[in-house]
Amino acid sequence: MAKELWKGNEAIAEAAIRAGCRCYFGYPITPQSEIPEYMSLHMPKVGGIFLQSESEVAAINMVYGASGAGARVMTSSSSPGVSLKQEGISYICSAELPAVIVNVMRGGPGLGTIQPAQGDYFQATRGGGHGDYRVIVFAPANIQEVVDLMQDSFELADKYRMPVMMIMDGMIGQMMEPVEWKKPAVKLEDLPAKPWATTGTKGMRAPNVINSLFIDPNASNDHNMRLHAKYQHIIANEQRYETAETEDAELIFVAFGTPARLARAAARLLEEEGIKAGVFRPITIWPYPYDALYEAAAQDSVKAVVTVEMNTGQMIDDVRIAVRGCKPVSFVGQAGGRVPTPQEVAAAARLALGR
Amino acid sequence: MAYNDILIAGFGGQGVMSMGTTMAEAALSEGLNVSWLPSYGPEMRGGTANCSVVIADSEIISPIVVQPSELIAMNLPSLDKFEPTVKPGGYIFVNNSIIKRKLVRTDVKAIYVPTLDIADELGNMRVANMVMLGSYIEATGVLKFDTVVNMLRNIFTGKKAHLVEINQQALQRGAACAKI
Amino acid sequence: MAIVYQKSKGLTDVEFHYCPGCTHGIVHKLVAETLEELNILDNAVGVAPVGCSVFAYNYFNCDMQGAAHGRAPAVATGIKRVLPEHVVFTYQGDGDLAAIGTAEIVHAAMRGEKFTTIFINNAIYGMTGGQMAPTTLVGQRATTAPLGREREHYGSPIRMSEMLATIDGAAYIERVTVTTPANIIKAKRAIKKAFQLQIEGKGFTMIEVLSTCPTNWGLTPVEALEWVKEKMGPFFPLGVFRDITAEEAK
Repeated sequence: MAKELWKGNEAIAEAAIRAGCRCYFGYPITPQSEIPEYMSLHMPKVGGIFLQSESEVAAINMVYGASGAGARVMTSSSSPGVSLKQEGISYICSAELPAVIVNVMRGGPGLGTIQPAQGDYFQATRGGGHGDYRVIVFAPANIQEVVDLMQDSFELADKYRMPVMMIMDGMIGQMMEPVEWKKPAVKLEDLPAKPWATTGTKGMRAPNVINSLFIDPNASNDHNMRLHAKYQHIIANEQRYETAETEDAELIFVAFGTPARLARAAARLLEEEGIKAGVFRPITIWPYPYDALYEAAAQDSVKAVVTVEMNTGQMIDDVRIAVRGCKPVSFVGQAGGRVPTPQEVAAAARLALGR
Repeated sequence: MAYNDILIAGFGGQGVMSMGTTMAEAALSEGLNVSWLPSYGPEMRGGTANCSVVIADSEIISPIVVQPSELIAMNLPSLDKFEPTVKPGGYIFVNNSIIKRKLVRTDVKAIYVPTLDIADELGNMRVANMVMLGSYIEATGVLKFDTVVNMLRNIFTGKKAHLVEINQQALQRGAACAKI
Repeated sequence: MAIVYQKSKGLTDVEFHYCPGCTHGIVHKLVAETLEELNILDNAVGVAPVGCSVFAYNYFNCDMQGAAHGRAPAVATGIKRVLPEHVVFTYQGDGDLAAIGTAEIVHAAMRGEKFTTIFINNAIYGMTGGQMAPTTLVGQRATTAPLGREREHYGSPIRMSEMLATIDGAAYIERVTVTTPANIIKAKRAIKKAFQLQIEGKGFTMIEVLSTCPTNWGLTPVEALEWVKEKMGPFFPLGVFRDITAEEAK
């Protein structure tokens, strides 16, 4: 199929509709407002529901209700708005409801800036709300990947009955790139049934209850352990990553999203100087591909590992866990809306190698 | 291997963003890889705006243009800000209808294009961008004139079909500026 | 032997956890009977709040969702938009609806969401132990207002029915109580009308029920019923505040 030029935010919305999403609730916030705008125009055309809510808090709870009623549903926001959604995400995780949540990140903390950043890594990967939970988090690095991962996101959300989050910096939302629609649009009639949904008993079954309250400590413990077992299963089965030139590399950059592209540019600069640098890019930042990164870093050729992030160093914690002290790990990045340059990234690599 | 990092900058309302998307669309239809990245935020609503366009026949590594191989400066603040960032040996296209200074850099190629004067002569100020695009294509050879003209034919149909001709003239007049 | 009275099919066999003298049980019964009588139990989805009625999902014999504190109207919006042919209701207390969830209820009403809200106003936070509610009366003692609610410090209580009745999307708003058999019959009629109007697609409907909390008020059940009439009644007058069908009839 021919490639088309798409703006990131609009591609996110279109990809969701093609993935069978028929319900969108959200609140405008830069730099992702083209998602609700696109949804408001196109959702009705496929018989879907678009509703601009009074707040991100309301939006995520509408997602809860709609998902509980059996719909394929999503919401999107940007960093401050995603903070507001955290309460609802915690409830959705506990009630085991599928949903897709997109965070087109901007700089923080507080109102921050509308410029691109990756300051929400901890929030996304550690379960940003209260209680023991995780969400699957995809971190695409270009618009094609956003589109390719959207259908997977909805499928995994349904499969594991939990939210799948897609996080990207504001640049990916705002930029345009060619997109190829590789997968055919999902047909709603092909989706698996949701016998747990609250769709009315029709007199055919006992009432379904969707709930996150387990007041008895034993029941609550059992519930937590069951969720934990689910997360362990996901850790074992759903890690995704990509490597570029990491074999026999002298230095390994680790980066997710846009910085992975900057790291590739830096690797090219280093190549001109005779330094072989590879890039390890986690595609799922939860579950994190610890073992694969360890294997890459533990190669005899590797002298240093450098993480590249658009924050002050968050993923570096996971990189250290992965590398297990076998190689020195250092950080290069910019926060609050400034984007590191390939030159700065290359300089950090030289420093790490002692050159 | 062709790899062009293009930065287009000017006032909001000068059509800087649309010049970028036109180039991106044209590159895509020529089978090239492309990315278009706007500055966004309050500057959209007046003030300066810019967009980065990367066109390459190989994989695009980063959509962020830090060191442009070509700068298109539509106003003076943009030239002042970005002139120092251009790669040595690169191009700077200067909209000298409103930018009254020459380049400071001597290690880049300067192309002066009086976009507004030419557009005025053609009788439609809105084709100023096309004049600049014509210069860009002529100087760099990155895109083909035919591609842009075909795109114009697809955009301007029916009652607007007559606009193809004037845009085509704008491209040619702009190209002439780059031949000197 | 003829059956003269039996428990509604709208209730499960789970025993209520409510305190002696609390009127939640009566209101549950009225809602359950309404669902049964309108033959919509099979088609209903209820939303339980956070507060004393947090376990409502155990009691109503229909599909239920438990919502975060105050968010029941947003959850109900999600359900009703996906299942427009279903009957959806929220059951919320005064902390849930009139404090932490004020934005959600106001905007659900504004959008004319076609669900029914049962609003239990007992002027106190029951579940957490008698703290001040937005509907606590001036002078009324609470564990966070040990000397009584002071107007200078907290203002006067909020009248949600009157407030929501100003919103165009509201189809039916009535305040009732369940302190006497006559009042219970009126309350049942109001609840039934609200559900009927929902089924007819008229818009947002809410029934506010002045309820008792003898435990946290420090009164006997009988005194509590009296307190509703004597103290709450003057500030929260009973009556219909909005009836779109009456307006349409004009």
